[in-house]
Amino acid sequence: MKNMLKMIAIFALLLFPARLASAGETLRWGGDSEGGFPYMFPNPSNTDEIIGFEIDIVDELTAYLGMTPEYVNNSWDNLIPGLERGLYDIAINGLEVTPEHEETVNFSIPYYKTFLQLAVRVETQDINVLDDCKNREVGTLKESYAQMVLEELGDVRIRTYIVEANTYEDLSNGRLDAALFDSPIAIYSAGFNPDIKFVGPPIGEITYAIAVSKENKELLAKINEAIVYLRDSGKLREIYDRWNLWSPMMAAEFNDYSPRKVDKTRYDEWAETRGPKLTLGRRLRRYAALLPSLGAAAIVTLQVSVTAMLIAIVLGLVLAIARVFAPKWVSVLSAAFVEFMRGTPVLIQLFFIFYGLPNVGIKLSPFWAGAVGLGLNYAAYEAEIYRAGLLAIPQTQWEAALALGMTHWQAMREVTLPQAVRVVIPPITNDFISLLKDSSLVSIITMVDLTKAYGQFAAAYYDYFGPGIIVAFIYLIIGLPFVKFSRYTERRLAEQDKDGKKSPGVNIYRMNTRWR
Amino acid sequence: MTVHNTPEESLIVVKNLCKSFDDRSDGVLNNISINIKKGDLVSLIGPSGCGKSTFLRCLNCLELLDSGYIRIGDVELSRGDISRRPDAKMLEASHKMRAEVGMVFQGYNNLFPHKTVMQNVTLAPRVVKKMPEAEARETSMRILKKVGLENVADKYPSTLSGGESQRAAIARALAMNPKVMLYDEPTSALDPELVGEVLQVMKDLDSEGMTQIIVTHEMQFARDASDYIVFIDKGEIVEYDDGDILFTKPKNNRTKEFLRHFKGTGTAVNY
Repeated sequence: MKNMLKMIAIFALLLFPARLASAGETLRWGGDSEGGFPYMFPNPSNTDEIIGFEIDIVDELTAYLGMTPEYVNNSWDNLIPGLERGLYDIAINGLEVTPEHEETVNFSIPYYKTFLQLAVRVETQDINVLDDCKNREVGTLKESYAQMVLEELGDVRIRTYIVEANTYEDLSNGRLDAALFDSPIAIYSAGFNPDIKFVGPPIGEITYAIAVSKENKELLAKINEAIVYLRDSGKLREIYDRWNLWSPMMAAEFNDYSPRKVDKTRYDEWAETRGPKLTLGRRLRRYAALLPSLGAAAIVTLQVSVTAMLIAIVLGLVLAIARVFAPKWVSVLSAAFVEFMRGTPVLIQLFFIFYGLPNVGIKLSPFWAGAVGLGLNYAAYEAEIYRAGLLAIPQTQWEAALALGMTHWQAMREVTLPQAVRVVIPPITNDFISLLKDSSLVSIITMVDLTKAYGQFAAAYYDYFGPGIIVAFIYLIIGLPFVKFSRYTERRLAEQDKDGKKSPGVNIYRMNTRWR
Repeated sequence: MTVHNTPEESLIVVKNLCKSFDDRSDGVLNNISINIKKGDLVSLIGPSGCGKSTFLRCLNCLELLDSGYIRIGDVELSRGDISRRPDAKMLEASHKMRAEVGMVFQGYNNLFPHKTVMQNVTLAPRVVKKMPEAEARETSMRILKKVGLENVADKYPSTLSGGESQRAAIARALAMNPKVMLYDEPTSALDPELVGEVLQVMKDLDSEGMTQIIVTHEMQFARDASDYIVFIDKGEIVEYDDGDILFTKPKNNRTKEFLRHFKGTGTAVNY
């Protein structure tokens, strides 16, 4: 028992190093590092660095305000909920000013205006304007303005994506007939792609602005002041020139028709990485460079999984004992908990814990929300395994213990529980392997685990193949010791039961082959 | 009736014991009354489902009686009727009573499979009586020698024969130093050649003065070794008497009918 506590203490130390305290006036800003180019994305030549025209804007903005920027990563879908939850002070990542958004948050004055750009394969002749998209397969970003436009058009088979790169991939390989995206995304996704061409006039008008929570009026005023300064001083124009994002629409918006002042250096760097096909050697070197970041992400995955499993193992045992031994009403509560946790998707549970519970004052860090969410869910499964283990013990074992004068607790502790635990170790180990994989779900609550890291790199390099294989292997390697342990415990169990009740580790189904 | 013990001279006194189950029509006991003296070896016989096992289970409180009175040594347990809910006093009495009673169950898988024979025997003294490990091992070794198992002390139950298992189960119960030993068909699951070694242990204990109650189908053993035999049918004690008398001149027709099944069958066992 003491050893157990010691182990837990060591785990705790390993898992939760003291958090660094932040000093001075910081501006916590939320964005999605997978949000995509050219807004913000991992630098292809150094994936630890996030670049993008919005990063440049944040830098200029905070420089003007004299604040230190602190980046908080969140998935694009959840940027607005994250703002409401107070994960950060402002959100900026291609957030469109829409009536729905304006209901929940305030927007600054716009920092950029753009339009939708229709893209098709070069050989496509029959799609030239938006109306041609009727009855065709069209891809766009989930919950975006473009999706709304397509829905209003009607009769379009809309397919929505979270990662824009996937859309153009699907357009290239023929899964889509067209793609409708904000012009910057189109330029950076396909501006240099010989398979794809842009068609039609600008569609609609998209206004990007910085989201601030409704309560934070003071900050909104400061942000607006900064944007006006950046616009009037020409700093914004410079950024857009560098990123090749200046357009007639922007010229009209800023009332600035002067020619380009700086070269489109950032766009050219980007196009360079998309240029000629990589040689195998360069590709492998790039993958090698990914490994440290993937290793760090793997540790996050392992930390969340191990913590969740410890919660599941302990809570599951308590639930099972409550179910089997406790008074009726406790037993019913335990059963209800188990059925509820097993009967609802773990994804919903994670969303609820992370975004829902703050409404009632329970605010967990992403790590603890993930660990507790997965832990509670798996506790339900472990409870059922323990319960089956406890009920598999013959009644006479229990009665023999009681007949020797033991109390219920002593009989449980000395006789039935040790036998049950022996039986449940293999299935619980199996569950851990499964939990390790389910931990990929924490990527949706802002944690950069192995799955999130994969998404980031894949989006940055436009390469889902190599990183996918590497990440799959890392999952396998992490899980392997537990697979081995599970086999070992199964074998030991079989050996201890070799009085004939159970198979001594021999595969009886294979024995038939000898008869052939 | 040649057997007649007064409550005053008896170690075990049972008066008007009744027990029923919600979900079972058999195994019901109706007004069982019997007195058993210290040192007696008593066999309980009767058809399946007659209630003889339930009677044993009531004596060590694995089943709580509906109504009636049980005294074992100085520990008394009584219940007016089934509507009286078990209270703290009854639970305490039943716990004390278990400490006075050792029990050996049917079948031979009742040892704790995750512990060695020695650990099986020392567990209860250590956990219940808080006996120091060394002392517990010493007493246990003495008992294991008595039942002839000193050589398998460090083996796990799965490696024992059925006869060894039942002897180990007896040793485990003896380690708590009970006043009474109860056996619920202790040899029914054993191969015939292993029955003798278990019955021999009971005979040895009898000669040491242990009080023992045995539910059994070993009629020859019951007849030869018991001080008297109790015949139970349909939840009642039909009659009880010295083995020779009961087997040769049963008074009751139900007893005659039951014993007829065993006439001429090979119930004799070498022990």
